[in-house]
Amino acid sequence: MSDLTKLSLSEAVSGLRNKEFSSREITQAHLEAMEQARGLNAYLTETPDKAYEMADASDAKIAKGEGGILEGAPIGIKDLFCVDGVKTCAGSKILGEFTPPYESTVTAKLWKDGAVMLGKLNMDEFAMGSSNENSAYGNVISPWQRAGSNAAIVPGGSSGGSAAAVAADLCLAATGTDTGGSIRQPAAFTGLVGMKPTYGRCSRYGIVAFASSLDQAGPITKTVEDAALMLGSMSGFDEKDSTSLSRDVPDFVSACTKSLKGMRIGIPKEYRMDGMPEEIEKLWQQGTQWLRDAGCEIVDVSLPHTKYALPAYYIVAPAEASSNLARYDGMRYGARIDGDDLNSTYERTRAQGFGEEVRRRIMIGTYVLSAGFYDAYYIRAQKVRAKIAEDFKKAWEKCDALLTPTTPSAAFGIGEVSDDPVQMYLNDVFTVTANLAGLPGISVPAALDSQGLPLGLQVIGKALDEETCFAVGGALERAARFNAKATRWW
Amino acid sequence: MFTATRIADKKDWISGATGDWEIIIGLEIHAQVASKAKLFSGSSTEFGSEPNSQVSLVDAAMPGMLPVLNEFCVEQAIRTGFGLNAEINLFSRFDRKNYFYPDLPQGYQISQLYHPIVGEGEIEVDVDGADTIKVGIERLHLEQDAGKSIHDLDPNSTYVDLNRCGVALMEIVSKPDMRSSAEAAGYVKKIRSLVRYLETCDGDMEKGNLRADVNISVRKPGGELGTRCEIKNVNSMRFIAQAIEYEARRQIDIIESGGKIDQETRLFNADTGKTRTMRSKEDAHDYRYFPCPDLLPVKLSQEYVNSIKAALPELPDAKRARFVAEYGLSAYDAGVLVSDREKSAYYEAVAKGNDKKLAANWVINEVFGKLNKENIEIENSPVSAKANNSIVKMITDKTISGKIAKQVFEICWNEGGDPVKIVDERGLKQVTDTGAIEAMIDEIIAANPEQAAKVKDKPKTLGWFVGQVMQKSGGKANPQAVNQLLRSKLL
Amino acid sequence: MSVDAENVKKIARLARLDVPEERLEPLAKELNDLLGWIEQLNEVDVGGVEPMTSAVETQIHLRSDEVTDGNIRDKVLANAPKSEEGFFVVPKSVE
Ligand SMILES: [Mg+2]
Ligand SMILES: [Zn+2]
Repeated sequence: MSDLTKLSLSEAVSGLRNKEFSSREITQAHLEAMEQARGLNAYLTETPDKAYEMADASDAKIAKGEGGILEGAPIGIKDLFCVDGVKTCAGSKILGEFTPPYESTVTAKLWKDGAVMLGKLNMDEFAMGSSNENSAYGNVISPWQRAGSNAAIVPGGSSGGSAAAVAADLCLAATGTDTGGSIRQPAAFTGLVGMKPTYGRCSRYGIVAFASSLDQAGPITKTVEDAALMLGSMSGFDEKDSTSLSRDVPDFVSACTKSLKGMRIGIPKEYRMDGMPEEIEKLWQQGTQWLRDAGCEIVDVSLPHTKYALPAYYIVAPAEASSNLARYDGMRYGARIDGDDLNSTYERTRAQGFGEEVRRRIMIGTYVLSAGFYDAYYIRAQKVRAKIAEDFKKAWEKCDALLTPTTPSAAFGIGEVSDDPVQMYLNDVFTVTANLAGLPGISVPAALDSQGLPLGLQVIGKALDEETCFAVGGALERAARFNAKATRWW
Repeated sequence: MFTATRIADKKDWISGATGDWEIIIGLEIHAQVASKAKLFSGSSTEFGSEPNSQVSLVDAAMPGMLPVLNEFCVEQAIRTGFGLNAEINLFSRFDRKNYFYPDLPQGYQISQLYHPIVGEGEIEVDVDGADTIKVGIERLHLEQDAGKSIHDLDPNSTYVDLNRCGVALMEIVSKPDMRSSAEAAGYVKKIRSLVRYLETCDGDMEKGNLRADVNISVRKPGGELGTRCEIKNVNSMRFIAQAIEYEARRQIDIIESGGKIDQETRLFNADTGKTRTMRSKEDAHDYRYFPCPDLLPVKLSQEYVNSIKAALPELPDAKRARFVAEYGLSAYDAGVLVSDREKSAYYEAVAKGNDKKLAANWVINEVFGKLNKENIEIENSPVSAKANNSIVKMITDKTISGKIAKQVFEICWNEGGDPVKIVDERGLKQVTDTGAIEAMIDEIIAANPEQAAKVKDKPKTLGWFVGQVMQKSGGKANPQAVNQLLRSKLL
Repeated sequence: MSVDAENVKKIARLARLDVPEERLEPLAKELNDLLGWIEQLNEVDVGGVEPMTSAVETQIHLRSDEVTDGNIRDKVLANAPKSEEGFFVVPKSVE
C-alpha cells in the first residue's frame, strides 16, 4: 500500500483493526516519508527503533484481537513532552543532551492506547513563538507555499513541527501544547484541526513548563474526529498534577456528529479588528452562515476586554516563564558553560543556552515581578484576566459557543515578521483569550486565501464543554469540505 | 509594620556610652514537620541517608515535574497554629520565592508569603522560671527546605546533596516582642515544647529540625525602633543567647560611634561567638514572590478545622492550669512539670493514685535532680515512672520513710528492679512497732546516762537521741514514734 | 515606568543572564517598547476585582503522607554535567 500516510488517524486505526495493513507497514511508510522530508526540519529526533518495536507490539496485540483505541497508529510528539529514554530539549540548546528517565502523563496515555512513536517534533524554543523561527535547531518550513511562489512559509508556532509533520503526512497526528494559541494557530496555518482543551483536562506532568497557568496539551490532526480520538486518549485526571481536573472524560468522538439544532452561537463583535484582511472577515461570515444552515441560532455578543488579552498575556506568561525557566541553570542537567565563579557560570550558561526570544521574555517576566512593579503589572494583569473570564461568563448567558477566526491572517514568509516582537505577538490575538480564561478552543480549516494558503475558524466553548467545540467543529468541517493539501515540493 | 510597645525590664537594659539601650528581638523559627514524606513529593524525610538517595525527580526539579501537596503537613500546620492560639486561615496559598542557588533546584522556594495558612496568635512564655511575658505570633507558613551544599570535599567545587530538599518546614514568625536573650530563649523553649506536645515536629535542634533566625535591633528604652539585622540559622539555645548578646553590643557600639546599622543578613560563628555579614549589599535580593501557578489555593472547610481542634492533645498551658487547680501544685512546680511533654507524662504516671503534691516534689527533686546531675534525658531514665509510682505509694502509706525512699531510688537507678520487692527483700520497711523502738531507746539511755540527764535543761539535745535511734534502726524507725517516746521518757 | 541600561543590568543579574555592556541600551529600548504596549492595561478599571486564581472552580487535591518515591539516585544524577560520589558537583559557592 503506497498511500498509508494519507489516511486520517481514524481511518488508519480501523484499517489496522481490520488487518488491512499492519502497524509495521504504516509505521515504515511514515518513517520513509520522514526521511524524504527532512528539508522541512519538522522532526528534531527520529526514533525508528522505538517505532518498529512499538509497531510490532501493536501488531501482536491486534493479531490477538486486543489493543487500544489508537493501536498501531504512528504519531509524532512535540519536543516539549518528556519521553522516557528519548532526548528532550524543548527546542532549546540549554537542555543539551537531556534524556528524561521518565514519561509525561499525556504520552504515557497515548502509548497505553496503542499509539506508536515516530519521533520528537521541532518547536519554538520553550514554546515561545508563533512561527517556529525561534527553535535553536532551525526553522520548520511549512509544506504549504503561496500559489506561484516557492518562498519558504512558516508553519506557525510554537507547535510548528507538529503542524508541518501532520500537514506533510509525516505522522497521522501529533501532540502540541497551547499557551497562547500554539496549537490552534499552526493548525490554522497548515490546513489542520487543532484542539486546546479546558485548562486541567490534560495533565501537565512531564511537559516542559512555559507558563504553568496557561499551558495545555492538545492534538493537531487532519480531521475533527481525529482530534476527538486523540484528546480522548490524552486527557483525564492525574494525581501528579495538582491543577488537573478530576472530571470524567466524555466521548469526544461521538460529539463530533452531534446535531446543532437549537444551539446558540455567539459572534463576539470585538474580534472584528481594525486592519483585518477582508478575506478573514468573509470567511467568518461564511462560517456563521454554515452554522446557521446547520440549525444554529446566531447571536451577537460582546467580550469588551478582548483587546487587553494580549498585553495581559505578555505579563502573566513571561512572569511565570521567568520562574519556570530558572531551573535551567546547568547545575543538575543540561549544558553548563563554565565561568570564573558560580554566578558567572549561571550567567554564561543561561545567556548562551537560551535563545533571543526566551531571554527577552525572561527579562520582561523578571522585571514585572521585581520589587515595586509586582502590583502594577502582575496583579493588574491577573485582575484583567479575571475580567476577561467574566466577559466569557456573561457571554454564556446568551450562547453555547463562540465562532471567531483563528488568526488575523494566513501564514507569512520566514523572516517577514520576526524583527518586531509585538507584531509577532498579534498572531495570537484571537486564540489567547481562551488560554487566559482556561476555555477549550478548536481551530478547523475552512478555506484557502487568495494566495492559496489555509485559513481556520475557531470555536471557543464553555469550560469542560469540549463536546460542543467538537460538535460545532464537526459541522464546520462538513460544511467547508476543506480537502486541500500542500503540493509536495520537498 | 511592627510596633513594639513594651519596654524592657531595667535589669535587661544595656548601658552604653550615651546611656541605656534595650534590645528588640523577633524570631523566625523553622520547625521541620514530622512527616514521613516531603511537602510536595513522595520521597522520604529520613535523616542521614546516602547523598541524593532521598530525592525524587520533583525534588531535583527535572523538566515538567510538578508539586503535589502533602495533606499531613497541612494538618500539622493547623495543629501547630492552634498551639499558638492563632487564627487558622481557611484560604491560603503557596507563592514562589525566586533566587538562584545550587541547593535550590527549582530556582525558587515554594513558600507562603501573601496568604499563610496560620495568621496572628499569642503565647505565654516563662522567663528564667520567674517572669511570664506574652509574645505575639505574626504568622505560621509552610515552605520547602533547601538541599545541602558541602564546601570542604574539594578545593574548587561544591558538592550538592538534595536529600533535605523539599522537606516540609513550618516557619513561625514572632512579633518583635522579646527584650533579652533570656526572653528569646524562653520563647524558643516554649515553641519547642509546643511542637513536641503536638508531635508536629520532633524539636531536635542538633539535627537542625528546629532552628531560628534571630532579628535584632536596639533602641533607647521606649524610643524609636532601630534598623534590624537578621542572624540566620542559629541552632541551639545557647547560641541564640550568645548571638543576641554579641549582636546587640555590636549595634550599640556602631551607633554610639556615629555609625549607621545596615539592614542585612548575618551569620553566627559558634567558635568565636560573633556574627558576620552574610550577603553583600550590591547583591541585594529581590525574591519576586508570586503565587505558584502549579498549585491551587488551599481552601479548608470550617468543619475540617474544627475536627482537628477537637482532636488536639492537652497543651502545656492548659495542663499547667489543671495541675494548679486540681492538684494544688504551685504555679512554679506545675510549670517545671509541663515544660515538656515527656516530663509531664512521666509526672502524671508517677502521681497516678498517689498524693499529687508529694509526687510532684518527688519527681522534681529526686528524679529530675538526678537526671540533671547525670545529664540524662527523661526518655532514657533508668528508673521508670511506674517504679517511682510504687516508691511514692510506699512513702504515702508509711511503708518506708522519705530517707529510705531515696535509698530505694538509688538502688533502682543502679541495679534496676521492682521497688516493692527491694524494700521487702532488703528489710527496708519502716519500724512502727513501739515496743521495738522502746527497747532501742532504753538501751541507748542506759548507755548514755549523763546525756540523758541533761535533756531536761537543754531540750535541744533530744535531737542527738533521735539520731542515735535512727542509726540503730538503720533508718527504718518511724521518726514520729521515736520522737514521741523519747519525749515521754526524757522530758 | 521606563527602563534604562542600569535597570536592564539589574534585571539581567536577577535572571542570571549575562548581557554584554553594548547590549544594555538596545535591550532597554526593546523592553520599553514592550512595556509601552503592555501599559494599555492601565485603561482597565480593575477596582474590586480579585486576581484570577484558576479557570475552573476546583479543589486542590492532596497527597497522603507516604513514602512513594526516591531511591533513584542514578536517575537523578543521570543528566548531571558533573557528579561524584553521589553528589552533584557545581562551581564553588561559599557565602
Ligand atoms: Mg527568614
Ligand atoms: Zn523560611
